[in-house]
Amino acid sequence: MATKPKISKAELADQFRTFIEPEYVITDDETIKPYECDGMSMYCEMPLLVVLPETVTQVQRIMRICHEHGIPVVARGAGTGLSAGAMPNKEGVVLSLAKFNRILHIDPLERTACLQPGVRNLAISEEAAQYGLYYGPDPSSQIACTIGGNVAENSGGVHCLKYGLTVHNILSVEMVTAEGDVVNVGSSGLDSCGMDLLALLTGSEGLLGVVTEVKVKLLPKPEVAQVVMAGFDSVQKAGDAVGGIISHGIIPGGLEMMDGHAIVAADDFSGAGYPREAKALLLCEVDGTEEEVHEHIAEAEAVFRKLGATSVRTSQSEQERALLWLGRKSAFPAVGRISPDYYCMDGTIPRRHIAKVLTDMQALSEEFGLRVANVFHAGDGNLHPLILFDANVPGEFERTEAFGAAILEMCVDVGGCITGEHGVGVEKIRQMAVQFNDLELQQFHDVKAAFDPSGILNPGKGVPALKFCQEYRSLEHKQHKHEHTEAAHG
Amino acid sequence: MADISQQLQEQVLQARSGGEKLNIIGGGTKAFIGREPSRDASDLNVGGHTGIVDYHPVELVMTVRAGTPLREIEAVLAEQGQALHFEPPHFGPESTIGGTLACNLSGPSRPWAGSVRDQVLGIRLLNGKGEHLRFGGEVMKNVAGYDVSRLQAGALGTLGVITEISLKVMPHPAASLTLVQDMAMDEVLHYMNSRAAEPKPITAACWVDGKVYLRLSGAKSAVEATAEKWSGDVMNDGQAFWRSVQDMQHEFFAGKDAPLWRFSVGSTADNPVLEGDWFIDWAGSQRWFRGAGELSDMETQARAAGGQVSLFRGGDRTGEVMHSQPNALKTIQQRVKSSFDPDGLFNPGRLYSWM
Repeated sequence: MATKPKISKAELADQFRTFIEPEYVITDDETIKPYECDGMSMYCEMPLLVVLPETVTQVQRIMRICHEHGIPVVARGAGTGLSAGAMPNKEGVVLSLAKFNRILHIDPLERTACLQPGVRNLAISEEAAQYGLYYGPDPSSQIACTIGGNVAENSGGVHCLKYGLTVHNILSVEMVTAEGDVVNVGSSGLDSCGMDLLALLTGSEGLLGVVTEVKVKLLPKPEVAQVVMAGFDSVQKAGDAVGGIISHGIIPGGLEMMDGHAIVAADDFSGAGYPREAKALLLCEVDGTEEEVHEHIAEAEAVFRKLGATSVRTSQSEQERALLWLGRKSAFPAVGRISPDYYCMDGTIPRRHIAKVLTDMQALSEEFGLRVANVFHAGDGNLHPLILFDANVPGEFERTEAFGAAILEMCVDVGGCITGEHGVGVEKIRQMAVQFNDLELQQFHDVKAAFDPSGILNPGKGVPALKFCQEYRSLEHKQHKHEHTEAAHG
Repeated sequence: MADISQQLQEQVLQARSGGEKLNIIGGGTKAFIGREPSRDASDLNVGGHTGIVDYHPVELVMTVRAGTPLREIEAVLAEQGQALHFEPPHFGPESTIGGTLACNLSGPSRPWAGSVRDQVLGIRLLNGKGEHLRFGGEVMKNVAGYDVSRLQAGALGTLGVITEISLKVMPHPAASLTLVQDMAMDEVLHYMNSRAAEPKPITAACWVDGKVYLRLSGAKSAVEATAEKWSGDVMNDGQAFWRSVQDMQHEFFAGKDAPLWRFSVGSTADNPVLEGDWFIDWAGSQRWFRGAGELSDMETQARAAGGQVSLFRGGDRTGEVMHSQPNALKTIQQRVKSSFDPDGLFNPGRLYSWM
C-alpha cells in the first residue's frame, strides 16, 4: 500500500485542474454520489474526488501525480460490474474513462476494431454490422458495459463455449502504468514475443494498469442461427442432455439452462411460451452456415428427445428465436419482480456436477430460509444462482451473503471456481482464500507489485491480504465447508 | 506414466540453495528455439513427468502432466472423437505438451481454433522458490486471480517449471477438405482475408510456391456446399499437406541451420520487402521468411506490418533472437520474472539476454 505523504483533496483537485477542465474534476458530494458504487450496489464508498480525462496524456499526468503522492486510483467504465470492482477508495480518485468513447477504426478486411475503452460492448457489433461482422463476447450488460471494463473483467456472455472470452477476442491494448508510462501490449499479429502479458492483464480488475485503447477481433456474422428449446422433468435429465449434445460433437453457439423458479418467472415476464411445468429448460442455439445449422438442429432435437425431453420446440423464424431468448435474457429482471431484492452469484463448476450442485443448493436454500432461482450457462459450466431476499428485513442481506459464500465454496469443492465472469472485486475477496492457498495468493501479490510497486491501483480488490485469509479459514468456517464437501462427494 | 513432481521440486530447491541454474527440458525436441541454452546451467528433466491426470470427454477438458508427449494425448483424445484444436507442431515423437505451452506453438488452424494459450484453463507451476502452485482450474470460465496460466505462453520456461496443464479440447471435425489454386503473392493476402471474412467453415489458409491452400472443416454438408461455391481444386492429399505445415516438415522448412524468420503481423499488412522466400500462413498473420538479415532490420519491417519478428530457427543464436522490448515493458517483464524466480534459476538468457 501507499506510504508516501498524502496531499489534501483541495490540493489534488487544483493540480488536476491545471490540465483538465475544472468541471471534469468533481469534488462535491452530490455529483460524486453516483460514483459511490458499481452494479453491486450493496457495497458503497465515497471517493476523494472523481476525474474524467479525455486524452491519454491526461491519464498519464493523473497517474504520475497519484503515484507521487501515493493516492489510490480506481479506474471506472460504465460501472456495470457485479463484484464491486469499481467501488471507490475513500482516500482515492475515481478515474472515469467515460470520455474515451470513440470507435477509432474498423478494418473490415483485417476484421478488427480499434476502440477507446469507454466504447460500449454492443456499439462495437452495431458498428461492425455494416461489414457483416460482429464482436464475439456478449455479456448480458452489453447494452451498457464498456470494452475497457470487459478487458478488466475478462467478460464472457452466452457464447463463450464456441467463441471464447474477452481474452480470446482481443489483439492488443494500450495501457497507462501505475507510474504513468504508456505501454502497448500485444500487436496486430496473433501473438508477441515473450511472456503473455496481454493474457495477464485481461481479467486483472484494474489492478495492473489503466487501459486506454483496445484492438479487438471481429467475426463474420453467422449465416443462420436457430434455437432449440427443450423442457425436462428433472435437472439431472437436462444436465445429461447437455453432455449428450457435446458428446455428439456439436458445439452450440449458446447453451443455457434454467431451473423451475427461473422458468416461471421468466415466462411471466416475457411471455416466451416456456413449458411452465418443466423442472429444467435448455436453450440450445446452433449457428453457422445454412447446411450446418440444418444438420445440427436435427441432431440436437433427436438427442433431446432420446434423453427424455418432455417438450422440444425449434425456432422457425428470427422473431421466434428472439422471443425464446427474451425469456432467458430477462431472467434477472423477471426474478426481480418476484422478490424485493436478489443477489446474483457467479460460480463455475464442471458440468457433470450440475444436478448434485443444484440439489445441494436447494438444501442450503431451506437451511438459510431463502429462495434461490438458477440460470446457468450450461455450455461452459458458469452458474448464476439468484438468491431472493428483502434488504428491508434486518439481517437478511447478511444471511444472503452467507448463503452465497456457501454456494461458492460448494463450487470450489466440486472442482470449480468462485467466479466465472463477474470478477472477485470486493464481493468475493474472502472466498479467494478457499480457492487459493497463501503461497499462491502471495504470488499474485508479487505479480501485482511488478506492475504497481506502490500499490495505488484499485487497492483492496481482487486478491486478499493474507492475514484476512487465515481468519476466514477459521475452524467454524471449515466445519461448515466440510459438511458440503461430504455432500458433494458422497 | 509417472508423477515425479516431488523429485522436480527437490531439484529446484537444491539448485536454489546451491546457487545453480537450471535448463528445463521436456522431450528435447525444441532445443533450437530461443537463444542458445546456458552452458553454466544443469538440466532439469520434466520429460519423465507424464500421464493423463483427468479426462472427461463430456466436459471437453483434459488435465495432463507437462512431460506427456503430444502423440500420447492425441491418441487418447482420438478414441473419443476429440482433438487438440490448436494443432501443435510435433518436432519429433517426444514433443511434449509442456514445451508446446512454454513456446506457445500452434498449427495452421490457429486463427480460427485459437492457440495453445487460448485453450489453457489452468496449470501447476514450480516457481523459483520451489513452491508448487496451482493457478486457473478445469473450467472454461474462471476469473479468480491473475491469469498466470496463459502468462506462461511464450515465456520459454523463464517463470518456472510447468508441471501440469488443464486444456480445453474439442470434437474432431466431421469432415474436412482442402482447396488449392495458383495465385501470385501480391494477391493472396487480400484473397485469404476476404475468404476469412465470410461466414464459412474455413479452418486454415496458407500460401507457398505460388499456390494458395484453404481448408474447410466441420459438418459435411457445410464443407461440401462451401467447396462448391469457392474456386480451387479439391486436393487429394490435403490432410498430408496440412500435417507437413503443422510439423514444419514441408520442404520450405528444410535445412536447419539457415536462418528461419517468423513474422507475427497484421493479417492484411503489406509483405516486408526482403530478398528471399516466403511462406504465408494463418491467412497472413504468420509469415515465414528464409533469408539473411539483421534482427534490428527485420524488426523495422515487422513493426511496419503491425507486429513482431523472431529468429525462429538457425542463424546466430548467441545474440538476441526475439523482437526487442521497449524499456517500460522490459522493466515490467524483469520484475514479473523476479516475482516468480527471484534468483534467476530457470532458463537463464534463453528468452532475452537480459532475462
